[in-house]
Amino acid sequence: MATEQTTIQLPSRYEQLRSTAEEIRETPKAFVGLTLLTAITVISVLGPYFVPYDPTSIHSGHILEGPSAQFLLGTDALGRDLLSRVIIGGRTSLLLGFGSVGLALGLGIPIGLTAGYTHGKVDEVIMRAMDLLMSIPTLLLGLLILTALSSNVWNAIFAVGIVYAPRIARVVRSATLEESNSEYVQSAKAQGESTPYILFGEILPNITAPILVEGSIRIGFAILIGSSLSFLGLGAQPPNPDWGYMINTARGHIFESAWFLLWPSIALTLTVFSVNMLGDGLRDVFDTKYGGDEL
Amino acid sequence: MSPNTAAVKAQLGEFINLYLVKRILYTLFTLWMIATLVFMMTTVLPGSAAHMILGQSATEERVAVVEEELGLDEPIHVRYVDWLSGVVTGDWGESFMYKTPVFGVIWPRLMRTAQLAVFATLFVIAVSIPVGVIAAANHEEGLDYGISGFSYIAVSIPEFVSGTLLLLLLAGPPLNLFPTGGYTAPGESLGDWLSHLVLPSLTLAFLLLAHVMRQTRAAVIDALQSEYVRAARVKGLPEWVVLFKHALRNGLLPTITIIALNFGWMMGSLVVVEEVFNYPGLGQLIVQAINNRDVPLIQMAILIPTGTYVFANLGADILYAYLDSRIEFGKGS
Repeated sequence: MATEQTTIQLPSRYEQLRSTAEEIRETPKAFVGLTLLTAITVISVLGPYFVPYDPTSIHSGHILEGPSAQFLLGTDALGRDLLSRVIIGGRTSLLLGFGSVGLALGLGIPIGLTAGYTHGKVDEVIMRAMDLLMSIPTLLLGLLILTALSSNVWNAIFAVGIVYAPRIARVVRSATLEESNSEYVQSAKAQGESTPYILFGEILPNITAPILVEGSIRIGFAILIGSSLSFLGLGAQPPNPDWGYMINTARGHIFESAWFLLWPSIALTLTVFSVNMLGDGLRDVFDTKYGGDEL
Repeated sequence: MSPNTAAVKAQLGEFINLYLVKRILYTLFTLWMIATLVFMMTTVLPGSAAHMILGQSATEERVAVVEEELGLDEPIHVRYVDWLSGVVTGDWGESFMYKTPVFGVIWPRLMRTAQLAVFATLFVIAVSIPVGVIAAANHEEGLDYGISGFSYIAVSIPEFVSGTLLLLLLAGPPLNLFPTGGYTAPGESLGDWLSHLVLPSLTLAFLLLAHVMRQTRAAVIDALQSEYVRAARVKGLPEWVVLFKHALRNGLLPTITIIALNFGWMMGSLVVVEEVFNYPGLGQLIVQAINNRDVPLIQMAILIPTGTYVFANLGADILYAYLDSRIEFGKGS
């Protein structure tokens, strides 16, 4: 360990966090993305407390109306308030994005750490299995998993989580591989620390940057895939609002009223856009080389 | 050519051959494993296939008869071997909902989907590479910011949104430029065939194009900073030659990989795009098959695009190795 003369003051966790926050504020992409995403999340999470109408209640005599004082964004084909439905519908899309990436991280991190740390045969077998899953196109793998399950939001989250877990594992593995030869890992090994402790206590805190970047990039794609599943009728189920499902019903009426199509489309695009900005911005902040070249 | 470079060339050829053989064997192994995975996932389906065919009111005896006909009473390993040999030999079983062989159901739809995929891929290549190069040439200038900004937004629009918006703008009143959906065979009317393909292939290409454009831009910017390009500039070659011949040539390698990697995205998008445009292809068939729990159809409708993706990656790897070796020699001469 360091002697008196060579002691270097390492920045504390708090200071590190503060300087990262500073950098995010100074990176326009990350800042704009984070601000937008936070705004969208807050609005949809708190939505039930302030939306003007119950998103499932039907106002007969107000079918496919444009924006008015009574219905700020208009109404859908059954006479339901679009503003309320778009706000509440965001909850499903965000749940799909964050939930499935959460699951992908929960599976991918331990798999990637194990593969990267063990090298050799175990690594080979694990990564070949991951490659195999990754050789099935994302949406098709999602569909295949949903074939075996019934169609609802939770199963869609599960399916998309499984789809992205190998991609997280791959990033975690390459980062772990690099870290596992470093001095701090060697000294922890020499001190007889247990392998789980070395993986989760020593290596994991040092590879949070690439994980954060990959995770945030994946949220955008997870929302895309998840809402595509809902669009195909295999994700969120009516009457609960969901952007993908709303767009699916709206396209039967596009030549009567474009508003019905427009609002959920704008909301969905804006959400994916803000997540992509954030992911890209974080990649610049952390200056990491991993991830993002594959949709 | 000196005898030395001939020897190097021969050695390189041998290396590539060995690499190719390994790569092809690995691809075949991957396909086998994918088929196994598909079989496992579709045989754990809830609800008996016999009930699906007969309806819920079927009697126990009828169910038993149909299960025997389908071979569902056999142990799973027997069914697996039967199924796998069927997949390889083209005997893909009989569709539950069409009551005809799966091959005949899939083939015409596969052909229509292939037309869509070819058009979209050509579109991605034709637009994304030149535009990516132009953006890179104007690095951090107005045009570059414009192109990058566009690709940022485009990559955030799901296909079912862009497709439906295209329908709204171009297929409806007042323009009525394109049909709202469906398909016409080229033999019937060449013009109708093309007009049915325009919007779906544009939609299919849109998000991918934006993504590939960004990656091409990054790759060419990298290449522009290389020694190789600097040397070409010192020689006094015109800027467009430097850009499209020298920089793009080096930037093309990563771009090929990007297109191949993301070809899988297109295989998935096909499902969504065909649903939007009511295009009678393989993608639409997958959704239909899943909704009807038509297991033999689901299996092949998933396996075929997946296999295509795996082969596309193999093709890209071979092309990459070929181009890479040519660039090496280009440097040497």
